[in-house]
Amino acid sequence: MSPHVKHLRPLTIATLITFVAGLSLTFFYAPIELNEGFVQKIFYIHVPLAIVSLCGYVLGGIFGLMYLRTGKRVWDMRSYCAIHMALIFSIGGIVAGSIWAKAAWGHWWVWSEPTLVSYLIVILLFCTYQPLRFSIEDPERQATYAAVFAVVGGAFVPLNFIVVRLSVQYLHPRVFNLEGGNLPGSMALTFYVMLLAVALLFATLMKYEMLAKETRGQTRRLRRRLLGDENVAPIGRSAAPL
Amino acid sequence: MRVAWAILRKDLTVELRTLETVPAMAIFTVATFVIFHFGLQRDSLSGQLAAGVFAVSLLFAAVLGTNRLFVAEREQGGFDGFLLAPVDRTAMFLAKSAALFLYLTVLEIIAVPAFGLFAAPPGYGGALGGLIVFLLLVNLAFAILGTLVSAIAVHTRARDLIGPIIGLPLQIPALISFAIGTGKLLAVHTVGPGEVLPVHGAHHPAGEWLLVLALYDVFTALLAYAVFDFLLEE
Repeated sequence: MSPHVKHLRPLTIATLITFVAGLSLTFFYAPIELNEGFVQKIFYIHVPLAIVSLCGYVLGGIFGLMYLRTGKRVWDMRSYCAIHMALIFSIGGIVAGSIWAKAAWGHWWVWSEPTLVSYLIVILLFCTYQPLRFSIEDPERQATYAAVFAVVGGAFVPLNFIVVRLSVQYLHPRVFNLEGGNLPGSMALTFYVMLLAVALLFATLMKYEMLAKETRGQTRRLRRRLLGDENVAPIGRSAAPL
Repeated sequence: MRVAWAILRKDLTVELRTLETVPAMAIFTVATFVIFHFGLQRDSLSGQLAAGVFAVSLLFAAVLGTNRLFVAEREQGGFDGFLLAPVDRTAMFLAKSAALFLYLTVLEIIAVPAFGLFAAPPGYGGALGGLIVFLLLVNLAFAILGTLVSAIAVHTRARDLIGPIIGLPLQIPALISFAIGTGKLLAVHTVGPGEVLPVHGAHHPAGEWLLVLALYDVFTALLAYAVFDFLLEE
């Protein structure tokens, strides 16, 4: 196994167990919310997805910073995988959020909810990460520019949240409160288990992605050695590192 | 500092001789005002609507200027020359953002009267002082982020596309504070049917948005300063 991807098997098992536990708690243990009913249970997947994906973007920024400092390609790979996974998670998060908003407030989209709006802006920004990488051919430069983008984006995430929250406070009275500051114990427990499960899922999937990319590189090197350089098709242009 | 000044002077000389960027931005802005007039079908805009139209037009003009910012360096070997010279690379960032800032300021000297003419917001003259302060701060944000994004985009194959799609989300916090702040400056009281009076005096909270905008300027400046060097490596 690759030196950069360790503990994949125990991590996978832990993810599986936590996820099953979290879902069981969600459906069989957490009480049904009085106002919103059964559909409120989407909260236990939506909010963890959102939190984990935002942390994933920031993590991508930190990995990008490490790449800029050290110049080691593995940091570029980590940064790429973190942002890639965070993007997938946040698409899931925003779809789940939209469903919840429709069920709870009667609208698919609510502009007066700052968390939702700033989340959308962050997604719009990070959607450009792949096109940016794809349009730079030189791998060295691709990695550097992507790292700069990741650092800027990672720093942008919290700031954007502050500004959007301020703007909503001024324009609209605050109606909703997403933060479960006063969740009853059973709901809080379920929520934290699900948060842990989604975080573990993020880590596991990210590691699998890294492993897949490294294995692909390794297979290529072996094919080159066996078949000779001219018999292996050159790598097409790609947004992914390697 | 001397290096930055030299690059800035070079850019301004080129711009004065070719008139490539600023006139295009100005024409674009005025055309956008006219387009908004037809899209909205209003003879006069006020309050948040006026501020929004103005802010969005300026942002798009800034994107236009941003796209052109590094093209000459890229196409005529300016980057190579700069990298060969034993100078601090931050000078390039300073010079380019100063150039973009000046372009935007010149653009606004045309755009502010044009907006008064075409959108005729009530109380525009009285709000002008506050508007200028907002404009200077928002120019700073547009210039800093524009330079950063432009330096990223100029080495990509699809730079005219990559620049705006990265730039627009990053500019949103600046746009929010500018639009809300100026919206409050241009706010009106409805006195009677069809009769409005501008709100003036100390009680509009535009000042808080000035602060948010200024903080965003500082934040983006620090961030851009920290990462810009990496964008100039060969």
